[in-house]
Amino acid sequence: MSAVFSCVTPRSAVCAHLDPHDRFSPALRVTGKRAGLVFPLLIQGSSGLFFCFISISPQLCGVVGLEIHAQIHSNSKLFSSSRVTFYSPPNSSVAFLDASLPGTLPVLNKRCVEAAVITGLAFNCTINRKSLFDRKHYFYADMPAGYQITQQRLPIAVNGLLNYSYLGGKKRGQVMSRRVRIKQIQLEQDSGKSLHDEQNSQTLIDLNRAGVGLMELVMEADMSCGDEAAAAVRELQLILQALDTCQGNMSEGQLRVDANVSVHRPGEPLGVRTEVKNINSARFVARAIDYEIQRQIKVLESGGTVVNETRAFDNKSGTTVSMRDKEGLQDYRFMPEPNLPPLFVYEGVASVPAGVDPAQVVLIDRLEAELPELPGVRRARLVEQYRILPEHSFTLVNEDGLVDYFERVIQNAKAEPRKVIGWVMQELLSNLHQQGLKNLHVHQWPMTLSAVFQEMWKTPEKTVRQLVKELDLGLVSDQEQLLKICQRVVDTHPEQVKAGNKKVLNKLMGAVQKETKGRADPVQVKALLEKMTS
Amino acid sequence: MLGTTIREVSLALREGRLSATELCKKCLKRIKKTHYLNSFITVTEELAMKQAQEAEHRLLRGKPHGPLDGVPFSVKDNFCTENIETTCASHMLKGYCPPFNATVVQKLLDQGAVLVGKTNLDEFAMGSGSTDSVFGPARNPWSYTSSYREQSPEQDPDSDWVITGGSSGGSAAAVASLSSFMALGSDTGGSTRNPGSLCGVVALKPTYGLLSRHGLIPLVNSMDVPGIITRSVQDAATVLGVLQGRDEKDSTTVQFPNLATSLPEDFDIRDICVGIPKEYHAPGLSAETLTQWGRVASMFERAGAKVREVSLPHTQHSIVCYHVLCCAEVASNMARFDGLEYGHRSAVESSTEALYATTRHEGFNHVVRTRILSGNYFLLKQNYDRYFVKAQQIRRLIAEDFRRVFQSGVDVLLTPTTLSDAARYSDFIQEDNRTRSAQEDIFTQPVNMAGTRHPHRSEIPTYSTVQNLETAHIYFTSCQRWKNLNTCSLCFRRCFHSLSTVFLAKQRL
Repeated sequence: MSAVFSCVTPRSAVCAHLDPHDRFSPALRVTGKRAGLVFPLLIQGSSGLFFCFISISPQLCGVVGLEIHAQIHSNSKLFSSSRVTFYSPPNSSVAFLDASLPGTLPVLNKRCVEAAVITGLAFNCTINRKSLFDRKHYFYADMPAGYQITQQRLPIAVNGLLNYSYLGGKKRGQVMSRRVRIKQIQLEQDSGKSLHDEQNSQTLIDLNRAGVGLMELVMEADMSCGDEAAAAVRELQLILQALDTCQGNMSEGQLRVDANVSVHRPGEPLGVRTEVKNINSARFVARAIDYEIQRQIKVLESGGTVVNETRAFDNKSGTTVSMRDKEGLQDYRFMPEPNLPPLFVYEGVASVPAGVDPAQVVLIDRLEAELPELPGVRRARLVEQYRILPEHSFTLVNEDGLVDYFERVIQNAKAEPRKVIGWVMQELLSNLHQQGLKNLHVHQWPMTLSAVFQEMWKTPEKTVRQLVKELDLGLVSDQEQLLKICQRVVDTHPEQVKAGNKKVLNKLMGAVQKETKGRADPVQVKALLEKMTS
Repeated sequence: MLGTTIREVSLALREGRLSATELCKKCLKRIKKTHYLNSFITVTEELAMKQAQEAEHRLLRGKPHGPLDGVPFSVKDNFCTENIETTCASHMLKGYCPPFNATVVQKLLDQGAVLVGKTNLDEFAMGSGSTDSVFGPARNPWSYTSSYREQSPEQDPDSDWVITGGSSGGSAAAVASLSSFMALGSDTGGSTRNPGSLCGVVALKPTYGLLSRHGLIPLVNSMDVPGIITRSVQDAATVLGVLQGRDEKDSTTVQFPNLATSLPEDFDIRDICVGIPKEYHAPGLSAETLTQWGRVASMFERAGAKVREVSLPHTQHSIVCYHVLCCAEVASNMARFDGLEYGHRSAVESSTEALYATTRHEGFNHVVRTRILSGNYFLLKQNYDRYFVKAQQIRRLIAEDFRRVFQSGVDVLLTPTTLSDAARYSDFIQEDNRTRSAQEDIFTQPVNMAGTRHPHRSEIPTYSTVQNLETAHIYFTSCQRWKNLNTCSLCFRRCFHSLSTVFLAKQRL
């Protein structure tokens, strides 16, 4: 048999002549090559030989919706004045409100509201002129008030759309365009962090993150597989970064993805869904979702039922596991937040009511006017302006700072864009990736590189190697010289050396590249600096 | 000197007839002498003397901060006071010293007023007798007047005394017993007005949003208001003037334009229309209270005011809805007391859940636990629409009742504060807290329910209330404009010519 469909649930097939209760003996197997067709079949039933028509439903497929928590890029928290920091000692950025001291009251941060409105506008959402805050109750050690302030009844933005594309098709060389509806964007508080110390059976609480502003973006279940979801997340991340409303670093938890996954046969009601939490990279989004879809299909195919539950993705094993103990079905006992009046945002100065200071309110038209070029528009422009391939525009936009780099090279070298893009795509990126370098270092090079391109343009007969030699642009190959330069940089940056983290190393590398006009081998420099500072 | 008003004592201080330290010492002495009233939880003697000395320096240099400089005051123990224990009369917060001052406390301190202590209350302000405090009940100073003792000569003063009312009973008793010239209370369903009336002092519940709640440990956020207790209407107006105003730490406060906090010198009572809500002839209203109510109404009439019957049809349902909303917010507000960040922490640490459960069981009294339980029940998904939403709808109708009456030309409403006179403690505790609260708050909580929750609306109904006393038969007026309220209260005072506090001052406490 080339393909075997197992009949899983009573509603998965319609049998014309059999008693519905009698149709499915466990041994029943329906054979066919394509789904969705009506086959004449011979079925061996208990009462003899029947000739009947059976409708084969389409194959089970995944349905994926996402809930994304994006930490708002702001100086202070959503309702208090404490700083938003990532690397700071535990409980060093905690206002009285964040620790829920009795008698404290929330005061809404205007920047956070603006960030949510900007984000809503970028996704073509309807911005609610009036939105409300609610309390969502649950006891958890890193939620000191016993409730989270969120926007359950009337969120700040609704009914948006995210257009995204990914490379799919047979060889993953085809740009697939998709869209997902954004149901709503709501403002809410982040929780603190719990650190479970199993050995001493205690839990340590860090409230630095407690009360940081979040935008929860709820995406409708318009996706069907991990690739789509991952691409949607990646696009969202790029947009948020372009807007600067969220820094979007998933490993630092600035962007957190929960996926609602279910499977069904197209045309039938949605299946029971599970929620997959704990996904902290776009790659894991794809893996977690695809694993979960396959798991659910297997469960159904073996005659089981999918349980409505919360599951955690374990990135080591690549599987999802049930989080039975704590995140079960809860009654959150929602209640209006009585300490915050309704949040009003206004179309423009003209719509601000008398007695309200326009400087104190959020004006939509002003924010709309300041929206930056979004990734989608940027890609279209690159394709249009430089006549490059659409998939190349994706790569350029996806890598932080690469578009600027690309455009500067073209501008300085007056080179043919399609030649430059070929070099960027193949040489530059593969080298960067091979050496595990962040694109941040790229900015050291365009001038040098454009000089080479310019010369190539003038004297096409000369090789790059020749040009580099002639222009003295080659790598600093003298070990002694490089060592000296590195030592000098280390000596002149005592403060940074003392702090000694990864960020500092990048800074020092930058200084070395400056000294050598970008002609030092980054890998070598990194090794040298690491040795000197450790 | 202790029995005078803020106005009088402030004048004496500024004219040098009285020193601030001397006054402070007298108040502290009075507190000690009347310790059996149990009106104070914490007496801040050292700090008070220091503050009094500073005030004295300013007064001597002729540069006082304002009318309250050097004037002793006390604060209900549910307002946060920096580095001073703030207990809410609960085991849960015993030993808790907040790191900040409530805005209203800070404003009084900034004016040079001298904090003498923190006063007793029902645990977390849940009660109407000041009888459910972890520190024991507060006693009404009037229980120790000769007139009261003569009524029941056979009784022992330690077992036969009347309650202060609540939940701000300690604050009311402190002002009535002349331990301080003013006190802060809080009013959610009548908690300032009720003890104010039973202790015979002026109690003002300002309009919601007029005074900052920052630092007031909440009972019901959407109804809580800091209350002002003084011995004269003029004083209440002065304190209101100091405390009112928008606070950036409380988003529900609003700036009220044209708020007049000084009393008009000449007013014509004939311009005033007094409304008598017929629904307030409630079951259980005592004959004495009814008589007094009628007396005051006819007094206004004789003085030339228009007096007419009005209807507030939905207010009769108010107490039930109040109970639902109160419990719901209590359940939410009390969720933070888990023993992790502050307050009592149970020794049971077998799991986080066990720690929560035992901490909360040990920390809260029966009343608080009961309200948390009911509140969580009302907020359950399956019950929310049937209880919380319904109560909110009725709440809107109640607000509408008040709005309509005031729009019809009524300036003030005249109603009793409580059904009857202050009860004897032994009688009062025959019923549980829930029953007593339902009885005691019946007349007072409708204005809390009607208090606006949306300060951005342009027309803001102002429901301020003031009590007055004629030997423990009390009336409150509720009105649209503060000026009218002041005017009527003052008029009421002048007509009766008897300052209860003067009377009380003559008694041997």
